Amino acid sequence: MFGFSPLSTVIWLPMLAAVAVLLTGSDKNAALARWIALAGSVAGFLVALPLWTGFDRFMAGMQFVELAPWVETLNINYYLGIDGISLLLILLNCFTTVLVVIAGWQVIQVRVSQYMAAFLLLSGMMNGVFSALDAALFYVFFEATLIPMFVIIGIWGGSNRVYAAIKFFLYTLAGSLLTLVAIIYLYNASGGSFSLLDWYALPIPFAAQALVFVAFFAAFAVKVPMWPVHTWLPDAHVEAPTGGSVVLAAIMLKLGAYGFIRLSLPIVPDASQYLAPVVIGLSLAAVVYIGLVALVQTDMKKLIAYSSISHMGFVTLGIFIFDAHGLQGAVIQMVSHGFVSGALFLCVGVLYDRMHSRSISDYGGVANRMPVFAAFFMLFAMANAGLPGTSGFVGEFLVIIGAMNVNFWYALAAATTLIFGAAYTLWMYKRVVFGAVANDRVAALKDIGKREILVLGLVAIAVLLIGVYPLPLTEVLNVSVGSLLEHVAVSKL
Amino acid sequence: MEFSITDLMPAAADIFLLCAVSVILIIDLFVSDQRKIVTYGLTQAALLITAIIAARSIGTEPVSAFSGMFVGDALGYFLKTGVCLTVMVGLAYSRAYLAPRGMYRGEYFVLAMLAVLGMMVMISANHFLVLYLGVELLGLSLYSMVALARDSARSTEGAMKYFVLGALASGMLLYGMSMIYGATGSLGIPEIADAVQQGNANSTILKFGLVFVVAGIGFKFGAAPFHMWVPDVYHGAPTAVTLLIGTAPKLAAFAFAMRLLVEALGAEQLVVEWRQMLVLLSVASLVIGNVAAIAQTNLKRMLAYSTISHMGFLLLGVLSGTLEGYGAAMFYVCVYVLMGLGAFGMILLMSRDGFEAEELDDLKGLNQRNPWYAFVMLLIMFSMAGVPPTIGFWAKLYVLQAVVSIGYVWLAVVAAAFSLIGAFYYLRVVKLMYFDEPQRDERIEPGFDCRVLMSANGLAVLALGMMPGLLLAVCVSAIHLSVRLP
Repeated sequence: MFGFSPLSTVIWLPMLAAVAVLLTGSDKNAALARWIALAGSVAGFLVALPLWTGFDRFMAGMQFVELAPWVETLNINYYLGIDGISLLLILLNCFTTVLVVIAGWQVIQVRVSQYMAAFLLLSGMMNGVFSALDAALFYVFFEATLIPMFVIIGIWGGSNRVYAAIKFFLYTLAGSLLTLVAIIYLYNASGGSFSLLDWYALPIPFAAQALVFVAFFAAFAVKVPMWPVHTWLPDAHVEAPTGGSVVLAAIMLKLGAYGFIRLSLPIVPDASQYLAPVVIGLSLAAVVYIGLVALVQTDMKKLIAYSSISHMGFVTLGIFIFDAHGLQGAVIQMVSHGFVSGALFLCVGVLYDRMHSRSISDYGGVANRMPVFAAFFMLFAMANAGLPGTSGFVGEFLVIIGAMNVNFWYALAAATTLIFGAAYTLWMYKRVVFGAVANDRVAALKDIGKREILVLGLVAIAVLLIGVYPLPLTEVLNVSVGSLLEHVAVSKL
Repeated sequence: MEFSITDLMPAAADIFLLCAVSVILIIDLFVSDQRKIVTYGLTQAALLITAIIAARSIGTEPVSAFSGMFVGDALGYFLKTGVCLTVMVGLAYSRAYLAPRGMYRGEYFVLAMLAVLGMMVMISANHFLVLYLGVELLGLSLYSMVALARDSARSTEGAMKYFVLGALASGMLLYGMSMIYGATGSLGIPEIADAVQQGNANSTILKFGLVFVVAGIGFKFGAAPFHMWVPDVYHGAPTAVTLLIGTAPKLAAFAFAMRLLVEALGAEQLVVEWRQMLVLLSVASLVIGNVAAIAQTNLKRMLAYSTISHMGFLLLGVLSGTLEGYGAAMFYVCVYVLMGLGAFGMILLMSRDGFEAEELDDLKGLNQRNPWYAFVMLLIMFSMAGVPPTIGFWAKLYVLQAVVSIGYVWLAVVAAAFSLIGAFYYLRVVKLMYFDEPQRDERIEPGFDCRVLMSANGLAVLALGMMPGLLLAVCVSAIHLSVRLP
């Protein structure tokens, strides 16, 4: 496509929109800020569509490549390109941004322009992470996402928001600083290149591979987050505003998993294979133990946060069993989790906006007052539990098949999620939605309006569509996943 | 010792400034107190012309003048331009601050220009005595500027401390220089380098001298364990003076370190020696700077400790002993000056008549009082913390790269770990500005020039962060043009 660079557009259009939103200034122009933000996010989604239609599903390697020198002294390039895995995550990101803007339409009343701008910035930066093929560029985008998220949690969050924001920032920064050192090491080892594709071909001795793997792991494991470095997530989720939680769960957690796929596996394959049992162990701990932790939560958002960690355990499991089904499942699980957990946070947000409580015990019998909402909530709860016919099932099923190919016990442990996941999600759903009307405040609830139906409806369609007909996704992934696994199977010692 | 008229050309900027200082000093006598804007305007014009003269020579081959006492090279011209521009911006920020505090006087501007002259002499010195002359001219001007708020006990105390410790450091420096003179029989920088290179020098005495010289450099940078003066002086000095102390002299100190360590004592066998010392200095600065900054409630003290940690980072680049590392250190110091200008400038902007906005709590709720300045300060803080996409990230990246390239991966890990601790107190500033409710509600209305400069300063931190290539290339080529590795 002459003169049109789709990846740059996907990255910079939302950021430009963010600047436009910021220029509206104070809350006097809040309505204008909202409309510009909506236009920006919708445009951001529309410009991502050519990526989907123009993507060659049978070509291995990077597509839509853009390459321009950036910092010549250090040989850093503005180097973009995507494969099937990045494509899905970019689309998910653009879609989620639209949802978040609509979801914050009425709820956010103070500093509206800053709120909307922060999400648009975040959206552009995360597209940057998913399409960067230069390690320095990747790192810049990866770290830059912290700033808007820090501000989002800190300004519009709940009562303990400052603690959560700082914990979120420092935890994630701690991991990524080690990654920075590893990146600089690889730059020197490769004779002065930051290109990921060069690093894929670079032979590295095993001891160095192990150290680089550990450094990468520090950043990505915190981001995913894996047990036992997950403790920032429940705090951040609980305190973040609804939109923040949605973006955090739907996209930001994926940055970590994406880092494993894009950096760890292909750059240090031998160390990845050697240390895989450790990662698998941690993943299963997340699936089983965090599943149990989720069961005893009294706060809805916390429960969903723990369920996120547990589901992300599936993703890391799928990545590190080195099996085509497992890896495909992991990516589909990422997309599905993006929709489902995002939707669940939106549902909690709907309740919170009305009742200003996230505590399960304050609710009961919501279905009597909000039947439409209850139906949507039901669908997403079922998807979270992995019910066949929803997107949640596809990813988990593929990962379990992959695990079964590798080791029966892995599969068995992973499969417990079908029980725990159903238990904590449906039990919460039962306590909140069913039964008699618990108190006067519940009795006064009004059902969701058109705007909320639109948001939840859009996600519901996506969840069902992927659940019933996942073929388009697997088509996109097949070649990318295959070539990645082929690459990883070859030793680089 | 023959004087030739061509000797004047490399020193044109310095000579012009000296004449300008003398003229302005006299003109100021005839300017009434209400019309000090004249002195201010003349000062800015003099500095601007000096900067232009210096900038025109960037990119030329090194030439020495005055019988080899003075050197004009790209490194020097670039840093001189930087010093002049920094002080110009600094003076513009401080104008509104000085007037109500009785410091908007001719002396202030003349002393500031003399300090600039001292820095320029330091930067261009090719001889130990000239170097020392520059150090003292800079030092004496700054001591008296700190004491300029005569009635303030805190300023006087700060000035005394600065003076006593500064004199001590000068003493150590002189002692070290005398030892090096004893070992090599020369005070000229190229001659010393030759003597060391040929192995004619007594290496024990040389190393002793080196230790003292490194101590002197450590003091000039304010690197631990020679950092004791930094928090007290930063805190005690009027903020406008703190700004001057905290920014431009670091550029001169960088040149100082380059002349002494690299050009005079840059031989292989000595690099190994001073590298070890600088590793200690650097790690100590990172530890003390970052950890102590957490405990501060005063913004100026916090920035003082933050400076110490930045100097630790800068030394990482110097200690690598490669051209790349020197380029990285130079880039770092330029970036630091840009950030320091913004941070101290912000304190000046928020200060009012009789009110110093120097406590951390004074920043509370800045986002609600003035979102734009809050955003500028946010950029500066994240830049100091080294978070992309700001320029501070690239400074850290390049320095760490220099350290890793000589095989000191552990040192890079240490530096990274401490910059994490550093991130905490920068974040606290952002937290105060964005998450807390304002305690004061008067409007922040700086003059037009300050508004433009501060906006440009903040945007530069971001824009250079997105496009760091040019500044980086300039620093690297200045080093390549000027420094000859033995």
